[in-house]
Amino acid sequence: MRATPDIRVQPEPFDAARECAAISAASNGIGALVTFTGLCRNEGGRLAALELQHYAGMAEAQMRRIADEACDRWPLDALAVIHRHGLIRPGEGIVLVIAAAAHRRAAFEAADFMMDYLKTSAPFWKREHLADGTLGGWVAANEADDDATARWQGAADR
Amino acid sequence: MSRNVKFIYFAWVRERIGVQEERLDLPDDVRTGAEVITWLKGLGKNYALALDDAQAIRMAVNQEHIHPSDTIGTAREIALFPPMTGG
Repeated sequence: MRATPDIRVQPEPFDAARECAAISAASNGIGALVTFTGLCRNEGGRLAALELQHYAGMAEAQMRRIADEACDRWPLDALAVIHRHGLIRPGEGIVLVIAAAAHRRAAFEAADFMMDYLKTSAPFWKREHLADGTLGGWVAANEADDDATARWQGAADR
Repeated sequence: MSRNVKFIYFAWVRERIGVQEERLDLPDDVRTGAEVITWLKGLGKNYALALDDAQAIRMAVNQEHIHPSDTIGTAREIALFPPMTGG
């Protein structure tokens, strides 16, 4: 049976260990559980926080579209994606992806795929808040993220 | 003829235009994403500044991504924003 992705967009911190425990407890058929956590860096002390702006409604919808695609491509037992918005301090998690499958390859690839598409197509924008108390600029998109996403486009696409 | 559409802006597009969202009467002959951008740029200096670099503008219609060459169809909500930087 195809997994139904668990998609959440929230200002609150998440607990990766708790989410993993819930997923592994739900099925003894899971043999591989891959977790990715994206954290806010301090950028060598320059950064006080990142402000994550999001397009409410579309953010969830787009994350679900990507996650549904991942569930179509790989035989997953579970896929959970949590993305925070609002002010996030260095050391705190921004995004959590958990992919669970019978075998490791599907779990690794699905989590990687989810992050690549999330970075380039989920409507979130980061703005820097600097350690000196001033407001920094909007973070520019990274071309390497587009290249990473393009890896998944090819023979498998219709 | 025109139709009333909700426009939403994000990140520096929002700052340059100066509003978070607004309702605008979009003329019926504006049919594609690129035509929406051209039309908006004619509304004022703030729009022209925000949307000057077409390569840097992304669009969504009814909360789904579209390409500039795509038709906007029965758009109720159009969003304009810079390339996304989540994750």
